[in-house]
Amino acid sequence: MEYTLMLLLLPLATFVLLGLFSNKLNHKTSGMIGTGSLLMVALLSFYAAGEYFTTQKVDAVFQTLVPLNVPWLNMGAKQHIDMGILLDPISVMMLVVISTVSLMVHIYSLGYMKGEKGFQRYYAFLSLFTFSMMGLVLSTNIFQMYIFWELVGVSSYLLIGFYYTKPAAVAASKKAFIVTRFADMFFLIGILVLSYYTQTFDFGTLTSGNSAVFQEAASAKFLGASALVWAMALIFIGGAGKSAMFPLHIWLPDAMEGPTPVSALIHAATMVVAGVYLVARLFPIYVLFTPEVLQGIAYVGAFTSMFAALIAIVQTDIKRVLAFSTISQIGFMMVALGVSKLEGHEGLGYMASMFHLFTHAMFKALLFLGAGSVIHAVHSNEMENMGGLRKQMPITHLTFLTACLAIAGIPPFSGFFSKDEILSATYQYNTGLGIWMTLVAALTAFYMFRLYFSIFWGKEKQHTHPLHESPKSMTFPLIFLAIPTLLGGFVPFGQFVTADRAPYSIHMDWLVAVISVVVALEAIFIARKLYQHPDKKPVVPAALKGFHKAASHRFYVDEVYLFITKKILFNGISRAFTWFDRHVVDGFINGLATATDWFSIRIRVFQSGEIQWYAWVFLFGTLLITALILFV
Amino acid sequence: MGELLINNAGVPVLAYQLVSLVMFFAGIYGFFTRRNLMMMLIAVELILNAADINFAVFNRYLFPGEMDGMFFALFTIAIAACETAVAIAIIINLYRNFGNADVDNLKNMKG
Amino acid sequence: MTEQIIFYLLAIAITAFSIMAETSKRIVRSATYLLFVLLATAGLYMLLGYYFLFAVQISVYAGGIMVLFIMAIFLTHKPGKNVSVRRGWRIGSSLLLSVAGLLLCGDIILNNVIGIYQFIENEKLTMQQIGTAMLGTGKQQYLLSFEMMSILLLACIVGAILIARKTKTEKNEPNETKL
Repeated sequence: MEYTLMLLLLPLATFVLLGLFSNKLNHKTSGMIGTGSLLMVALLSFYAAGEYFTTQKVDAVFQTLVPLNVPWLNMGAKQHIDMGILLDPISVMMLVVISTVSLMVHIYSLGYMKGEKGFQRYYAFLSLFTFSMMGLVLSTNIFQMYIFWELVGVSSYLLIGFYYTKPAAVAASKKAFIVTRFADMFFLIGILVLSYYTQTFDFGTLTSGNSAVFQEAASAKFLGASALVWAMALIFIGGAGKSAMFPLHIWLPDAMEGPTPVSALIHAATMVVAGVYLVARLFPIYVLFTPEVLQGIAYVGAFTSMFAALIAIVQTDIKRVLAFSTISQIGFMMVALGVSKLEGHEGLGYMASMFHLFTHAMFKALLFLGAGSVIHAVHSNEMENMGGLRKQMPITHLTFLTACLAIAGIPPFSGFFSKDEILSATYQYNTGLGIWMTLVAALTAFYMFRLYFSIFWGKEKQHTHPLHESPKSMTFPLIFLAIPTLLGGFVPFGQFVTADRAPYSIHMDWLVAVISVVVALEAIFIARKLYQHPDKKPVVPAALKGFHKAASHRFYVDEVYLFITKKILFNGISRAFTWFDRHVVDGFINGLATATDWFSIRIRVFQSGEIQWYAWVFLFGTLLITALILFV
Repeated sequence: MGELLINNAGVPVLAYQLVSLVMFFAGIYGFFTRRNLMMMLIAVELILNAADINFAVFNRYLFPGEMDGMFFALFTIAIAACETAVAIAIIINLYRNFGNADVDNLKNMKG
Repeated sequence: MTEQIIFYLLAIAITAFSIMAETSKRIVRSATYLLFVLLATAGLYMLLGYYFLFAVQISVYAGGIMVLFIMAIFLTHKPGKNVSVRRGWRIGSSLLLSVAGLLLCGDIILNNVIGIYQFIENEKLTMQQIGTAMLGTGKQQYLLSFEMMSILLLACIVGAILIARKTKTEKNEPNETKL
């Protein structure tokens, strides 16, 4: 399966081509090149997935395939960093997800970004992103994954800040990059600690379940926990930054300043799930050797889900609602991983998390693209400028409704199946956690339908120009993505992706299913009551006013960060260092210069220009040397 | 004490040396101290003369039959004449430019 | 014995006049003292038995160079003006250095030049010997130096004339100021 190398080289070549020749290509050509290249990538990845899932089974367990592994950097006797391609169930699944969503975004952008300045640059960056994300999922060792991790961060920065003349966009791109970079610092430390003790970077060795690899790591202790626990916890922090877990979630809502197709691709479907992918990739280590970290992951995910859902209820900007919804859903995925074990029925969480990743990518991309369609028509992001759009934009309306039903977990849409599995897994682990996640599911349904009803029902607003449905290039992806949203639940995912690679047939837990559906329907009806009617605007009851205010300010997390950085770091620490640098270090150098100056002024007298003075010095020197030679 | 100073032994070399020494350092003192260029030239002449005495004396006392020291002194006198001529020409030029022959005017090479 | 007396007289003259030449405030007096020093030096040469050198010293040095000096002094000084003196610390440092040098060299001389070299009476040098030596090309004969000396003299004459000649602008200046 060496042709999988083309999956990496094609987007890279497109990026280089479009990047270098952006001035000479016109919009249509660059769009065609970008989309065409991605079409080939998508077809290749479908073919690869087909080949892998049908032929790579040995004793009914999927094998890890490494078609390519080239040693790149040798560090010391045993450690070396390779560059290679790894194919196993989750990476092949991710290939399908990434290429499909990316292709849809490429097609969609032909219509959405039409006439924008920097069109070629946009497509070049999209290709760069695809290349980086492919590289990330196909990495054979953790260092290669780190390299592509950073590349993905860079692509995200470039794309969020695409409208670089807009200060809000620039600030948002900086924030995204800095927050994820800050998390990546911990990631790197974790990698280094892990590789120092285990003497390897390779995923195959690390995830083989062989405890001899981790003997030294598990025995070295630091502040009460073993080095292995520290390493895995730090690695998770890196993943948490990229996946916008609390408290590193602050960049994702701001990242909505980028163009909407970018938000669909990067911040809904692919990049933000990189953290989940990381935990899934290292899952054998987590579950066998550091179960306490895994428990921590579960709780972090659970808290983040609820936190984000509460904020999403009161947001008024479409994209912000979707952003917080993404954070919440990723929380679901993390929880699912956190409660999972390896074998058979207990490995349900792992499979459910990957399944939810797959379905979520599809319907979240659909939601974002649909929101983009609405924004494109109305020229505004705020919900108050929209209303009653179901008549003017039928295709958008129907596909958006499909996706909302999916995310709310209504059967037979795909979201029901994946979310149901997650809820079963959490109930299996801890009933309290199960109830908590069910509540979050209810809130999800509520805010999504609040969004749906506010946009497509309710009072029609005045617009400066008549609204019309979006062009075909934009509606085609919507329709295309609606298909997996609708039917994806029926894919026998357990046959393909499980924690121990053996097939697992999912059976429905009827109690959980019924409870979740009932709760979701209740939420939908409440939302309909509040938001569907054209005239009535819901009023916040006085008891909840403080809570409403806090939630609309996102619970002041940004303010806390600003306080810490500005008051404590900048004023407290940075000022001291600046003073030291300016007065001691610079002062020393300036002092040297001043001393030299002082000396030179004193010595200048020797060059007075007077002959007699020169002669005097000459004689003096001669006599001195003579005296020294004779008497000393 | 009189016998020490005046006897039949002849004048020792040391005495000639001391004379030329005093003349030499008087010339050096004058070179450092004088403000006028002509006076500096006078000091230079003194220095040259002191050296000449030295040559003649050593020639007479160490190599009585040879004439090298005398010729050297001869040529030194000739050279002193040339050098004095050129130096005076320069001083006259300076006098025309500055109005006086002060050595303090010559500070162009001041660092 | 007579030599010693003559020598003492000449030595005192040289010492006194050279010091006075360097400390006098008036330039003509300084030149005159120099003249006396040169004459006394000629006397020393005579004492040593170098008659030719004595003659050359008097005619060239005392006769030629001193005349040149006096002429130059009159050319470069406004009449009646005294020469200004230096500040005290300059004189002090120079005096100090000169005395130090004197003592150092005196020490070297006293330690190394022993007074055992005696005056040996020998035949006087004849002019024929001097002439042959001056214009000969053998060992210890100075034809080359002689010729170089003549060229040097020529060069110095030409150089001195060139440096000290009046240029056109200087000639015109006195005329212009009259306007």
